[in-house]
Amino acid sequence: MPSGARSEVLIVGASVAGLSTAGTLRDEGFPGGITMIGDEDALPYGRPPLSKQILSGEWPIDESALCTPAELDRLGIRLVRGTAAVSLDPSERVVTTASGDDMRYGTLVVATGASARRPPYGDGLGGVHCLRTRADATALRADLATARHAVVAGAGVLGSEIAAGLRKLGLAVTLVGRSPELRLAQAGALLSPLIARLHREHGVDLRLGEEVVALRGADRVSAARLSGGDVIETDLVVAAIGCVPNTGWLSSSGLDVSNGVVCDSAGRAAPGVFAAGDVAAWTDPATGIPARVGHQLNAAEQAQIVARTIATGAVPTAQPVPFFWSELFGTKIQVFGRCDGVSLDTIAGDTSSGRFVAAVQRDGVVTGIVGWNMPRDFRIARERVGRPAEGLDRSRQRVH
Amino acid sequence: MDVTVNKPACVGAGQCALVAGELFDQDDDGIVIMLKPTIGPSDEATVRRAATLCPARAIRIAE
Repeated sequence: MPSGARSEVLIVGASVAGLSTAGTLRDEGFPGGITMIGDEDALPYGRPPLSKQILSGEWPIDESALCTPAELDRLGIRLVRGTAAVSLDPSERVVTTASGDDMRYGTLVVATGASARRPPYGDGLGGVHCLRTRADATALRADLATARHAVVAGAGVLGSEIAAGLRKLGLAVTLVGRSPELRLAQAGALLSPLIARLHREHGVDLRLGEEVVALRGADRVSAARLSGGDVIETDLVVAAIGCVPNTGWLSSSGLDVSNGVVCDSAGRAAPGVFAAGDVAAWTDPATGIPARVGHQLNAAEQAQIVARTIATGAVPTAQPVPFFWSELFGTKIQVFGRCDGVSLDTIAGDTSSGRFVAAVQRDGVVTGIVGWNMPRDFRIARERVGRPAEGLDRSRQRVH
Repeated sequence: MDVTVNKPACVGAGQCALVAGELFDQDDDGIVIMLKPTIGPSDEATVRRAATLCPARAIRIAE
């Protein structure tokens, strides 16, 4: 290794996880070189607004930017844009880029994120979209001007957000979900009845337990056929059917990429190699199972842990607790912790008023908190996670 | 350090109030409130941490 490369941190991926790693390294006083490479031409940007304020047109696309060139300069972070990594040799500590450059490093942080899963229909047909990147958002916005009816495929939170955003713009919306329930991040199907009610109240045609099987149209989509047999006339289809971790460039690296980049509970994938964000599967120390978590805050928190480990050598003790939020039809939904329980016990507000905070418990311990249009109470209630459930004030008022 | 909060962008996640409760709070709708009119040198690292954790990037720092 050439002298100097030992103190060099190379970050592959220039979105939230990559940028948070770089920023936290400087906050922690890391004095060495920091280079970040990203395959997109845009400055680092956040994804959450793409399906919210940018889809609805409230924000121009540039509002999604996470930093300016001046901020990167001030922090001494070198950003190489429009450059994809194509391979990694962890024993030689070198990453090769699409343009054939070899980039040597002392420590590597893999933060290449995930890509939208492409639907098996609509190839080459106009009006068919995914929504994952800034370019996706721009293309979808451009097609909205002439669209009257949209079919949104996907029972997850992104599908729900897109459906809500398109309704807000006045389109007729059919939301198609293969799963019989609407899923919301780590709350799973727990909130499905409440979310379904929101959609129906706002005029979304909800088709759960069905999927889009084929599209019709000459140049642009004109109809979607569902598995139940119905044909829906539509001039826009948005598929939000999941994402796949961007690990193709690591296939010859020897790293375990069986489900994203498999890491220990502190983000270490191999000597001198860390991974953070949507591409990473950190091992849960409680269960021993590696899992990917696809939310922005998780990406930022994992990045901070990795950066602190690199800068200080300190072994992290706290695991990031999953936190997730969304906004559907003006309703602010927040989920903190793990919500694989079977019931919600309200601890503030009530569901009939459309404002509540509820706890999820398992084996007598609060494992998660759900907030529904009560952000301040939600934040205060977060302290209950990990505590005995007996403390619940109104523990028998079930949400559903 | 010049710190501004973009209230329309705020999603009420409360990360700022959680990590820097002496500098940030939330109103009843969960929207960020700055508790100090100016940020002194001793608070700068805390503000940076709050800004990094803000999922909406609603806390902006200009130096």
